[in-house]
Amino acid sequence: MTDSVIQIRGLNVTYRDNGSAIRNVDVDIPSRQITAIIGPSGCGKTTLLRSMSRLLDLIEGVRIEGRVLFQGKNIYDANTDVTEIRKRIGLLAQRPFPLPMSIYDNVAYGPRVHGLRKRAALNALVERELRTAGLWEEVKDRLHAPASALSIGQQQRLCLARGLAVAPEVLLCDEATSALDPISARCIEDRLLALKADYSIVLVTHVLRQARRLADYVIFMYLGELVEHGPADQVFANPKEERTRAYIAGEFY
Amino acid sequence: MGKHLEERLMLGLMLASLALVTGSLFLILGTVIAKGLPALNLAMLTQVPKGGYYLGKEGGILNAIAGSLAMATGATALSFVLSLGVALYLQLFVRQSSRFAHLVRLSLDVLWGVPSIVYGAFGFTLLLLLKMRASLLGGVIALALLELPIMVRGMEEVMGMVPFGLKEASYALGATRLETSLHVLLRQAAPGVVTVILLAFGRAIGDAASVLFTAGYTDHMPSSPLRPVASLPLAVFFQLGTPLPEVQQRAYAAALVLVVIIMIISLLTRLLARRLSKHVVR
Repeated sequence: MTDSVIQIRGLNVTYRDNGSAIRNVDVDIPSRQITAIIGPSGCGKTTLLRSMSRLLDLIEGVRIEGRVLFQGKNIYDANTDVTEIRKRIGLLAQRPFPLPMSIYDNVAYGPRVHGLRKRAALNALVERELRTAGLWEEVKDRLHAPASALSIGQQQRLCLARGLAVAPEVLLCDEATSALDPISARCIEDRLLALKADYSIVLVTHVLRQARRLADYVIFMYLGELVEHGPADQVFANPKEERTRAYIAGEFY
Repeated sequence: MGKHLEERLMLGLMLASLALVTGSLFLILGTVIAKGLPALNLAMLTQVPKGGYYLGKEGGILNAIAGSLAMATGATALSFVLSLGVALYLQLFVRQSSRFAHLVRLSLDVLWGVPSIVYGAFGFTLLLLLKMRASLLGGVIALALLELPIMVRGMEEVMGMVPFGLKEASYALGATRLETSLHVLLRQAAPGVVTVILLAFGRAIGDAASVLFTAGYTDHMPSSPLRPVASLPLAVFFQLGTPLPEVQQRAYAAALVLVVIIMIISLLTRLLARRLSKHVVR
């Protein structure tokens, strides 16, 4: 068993309006691998994902119990620096949301927020992350054009570059390809596969084929419960639980 | 067939209300232009009233133009600073569905509907308390109060339209609430905020009742924040109240000047809003 980057212990999340979202989740997220959270709509995949970087706090009327340990420390401790957690655990959302500024400023936004001011260092960083995200060649001549003018696939790669620019250790992807055309989606997938050498990646997907293509480790959620988790080969070829088998076989969505 | 009839009927009603609204607006505008334009001349725009101006002798309303611009600008600036604080606080630090947020919104909505003469009376009491007399500063304060509910509620609405995902994107990078509001929320909402400012400015520059007691009136140019100033709405009011037809004509000319000022500012705002929307994410 490889070492894990995040350990979730006894996590319960309830929304005031919709009741319980996830119950009693215990799971370890392996380090420098791609972990896929799969399951039908409304099963708590996104809640579980967002609980890992304190993004759930932004939602009104949410109650979180249990612990999420990141490098041995519970991120829900009262004295946690939330901005530091969010910096070290990045997010790639379902739909790209470029910030209302230029392409360059989008990537530089995070580093600037965390205190980087030197022009040369910023320039180098912006180029490096845009290259990593596979966008540099397409935008290098118009770095100061509005980010909103990019195509949606380019925007998502920009969001990836922007997220990487603050040097996170973990990358959370919430159905990050579902709004994209197949070519852009494949492009993001390739990037993620390349990135797992340096980052621990957790992705939510409802496309089973995508989970098969990318995941090293799989978590199956159903109706707010974690049903099964394990190495991808084992879960896909030989699930222990009947519900997992039925979902993978396509008997329900 | 029934559905088509329904649709036609609704369309007809909509067109009728459109005609009613735009028709009455054009009627007002037409009257102001028809009666005001003949009386408008360069002297009116460049001179202050001379002796006997209100009896039809020479002079102009530069005092009122300058006074109105000074008061509305000052009030808009003051109100903007205060409103920005309130709106950002409501957006970022208060749970949207909390009782406190509802209470603040409700009181602002009520304040929006308060007749402007009440703001004038309130401002007047405030001046008495501070042992000041009717002055530019007094007018600025009264108009700022008048503008506050429009600005706060407007800004709040505009900021509320910013998608959650955009704010989340900023937070997810480790930005604080202040950084997110200044660099993301305000930038995204900037064109809307500018429009809200225009709305409030227009309300302030056109209001007569709230400056009646607080700013007073004078035939001189504004000289000090502590001395009375003239304003266009009051210039219209006083001149319309005279029995002399040529002075009444000048009232229409003053109203025309007011309309033109609002039009110019509205066009400038649109230009600015278009500029600011360059980076806005849709």
